[in-house]
Amino acid sequence: MAKKRVVLTFPPELTEKPITYHLVKDYDLSINILRAKITPGEEGKLVLELSNGSEEMIKKGLDFLVKQGVGVEAVSREISLTEEECIHCGACTAVCQPGALRIDPESARLCFDKEQCIVCELCVSACPLGIIKVLF
Amino acid sequence: MAKTKTYEEINEKIKSGKVTVVTAEEIIPMVKEEGPAAVLEKVDVVTTATFGPMCSSGLFLNFGHSDPPIKMSKVWLNDVPAYAGVAAVDAYLGATELSESQGAAYGGAHVIEELVAGKKVKLKAIAGGTDCYPRREIETTVGLEDLNQAYLFNPRNAYQNYAVAVNSTGRPLHTYMGTLLPKFGNATYSTAGELSPLLNDPYYEVIGIGTRILLGGGEGYVAWEGTQHNPAQKRNENGTPVGAAGTLAVIGDLRGMKPDYLRAAVFHKYGVSLYVGIGIPIPLLNEEIVQRVGVSNEELTATVFDYGVPHRSRPALGVVSYADLRSGKIKINNRTIPTAPLSSLYKARQIAAELKEKIINGGFLLTAPVAKLPFRDGVKPLREEVK
Repeated sequence: MAKKRVVLTFPPELTEKPITYHLVKDYDLSINILRAKITPGEEGKLVLELSNGSEEMIKKGLDFLVKQGVGVEAVSREISLTEEECIHCGACTAVCQPGALRIDPESARLCFDKEQCIVCELCVSACPLGIIKVLF
Repeated sequence: MAKTKTYEEINEKIKSGKVTVVTAEEIIPMVKEEGPAAVLEKVDVVTTATFGPMCSSGLFLNFGHSDPPIKMSKVWLNDVPAYAGVAAVDAYLGATELSESQGAAYGGAHVIEELVAGKKVKLKAIAGGTDCYPRREIETTVGLEDLNQAYLFNPRNAYQNYAVAVNSTGRPLHTYMGTLLPKFGNATYSTAGELSPLLNDPYYEVIGIGTRILLGGGEGYVAWEGTQHNPAQKRNENGTPVGAAGTLAVIGDLRGMKPDYLRAAVFHKYGVSLYVGIGIPIPLLNEEIVQRVGVSNEELTATVFDYGVPHRSRPALGVVSYADLRSGKIKINNRTIPTAPLSSLYKARQIAAELKEKIINGGFLLTAPVAKLPFRDGVKPLREEVK
């Protein structure tokens, strides 16, 4: 399954249009909203994970967004963990709702599954050693 | 008559290379399957360990005398104030003291971490000046090798059990129990459970004043009962307390400790703390002791408290087992809450394994306590005068 994470910036005049509807209906994209901040009349931000059987459809969907005047950027931020400094305490797992950070029940070591990470950044301040950072 | 062993007999076995040592995790299936009598026959020592944030920690220092000498009245190490209200060049650096230049990002624990790692730290001291100590200020750098003494003296470590924290409010809480998500979004706990020292010696029979331990990867001793030592906590049938109970004050030379087992920590919007690694051997002297080290996470419980209530007595919401907590979720009042630890089981296992190796290799003899920890009613609240 092709997947892509994007940050969409909606100009104020577009925040009241049902644009994501077209992504689903016309381009057959499955949409997972990771973060959203939309206030009518103001610039809005939406972080989406788009998936579909083909890269082609995702690309077409994104082209449609650009034509509508939506700013499209690939999610380039990612969470980075300095593993050799990690003490495997588990404090970061307390705030990781998608379960990307978890303590392996057998080895008792911290495991980080980047695929599950939605870059919410809560783990950055939750890490008592300060070894989790956001990379741009 | 049931078999018993003495400290002397076990130490003889250590010296002659005939000792059998297992960790507090390894002993559990043995006790369950073979029974205490059979285990007492073949095992001599069980190693316990913990690696968790322990705020009540700190370092005594003696800097040596400068020329001309100074009677330091205020002392800073890397801009972190240390208590200097003892003799001229003695000081105590608390782990949670914050830097005057970097605030909550750096504290006493970080200075301790840097010293253990072999780094130099900036020393600044001021004084009023006396006839015998005329100097009024000094600024220099010191490392572990420059100090006459540098020993950890931690007033409260190795808590015998602790709370499970949850948050009923609508906003995230930033606590010494980590970030507690709103509306019971998570539950945090801090213990090594079945591997934890005082949960394996619930009545303080073999861990007492003078017990030799591994502290921060080096050799240390139990110095005294810890502050807030509370043996009167309610207990399960197997003797283990259901919440915070006994504590240990521990002491040990910072020289010989390892950066791996002493780590500075910052709890967001709470402050600085120190992760301390502690390993304590338990000699298997009789069947009762074997029975007690055989207690597993299924049989150890902790009480869940709502940290959203800003009072000393927080409401208890229920009791869960450490097996539940380790499973990743607990059920409280029909609500399933994801759990997360704050103390490192991975590191605790490393310490228990290291202590086991040391004993097997003859490098660590056991000591009988010179006095027992007190067993009496525990903790008083702070009374305020009514005006």
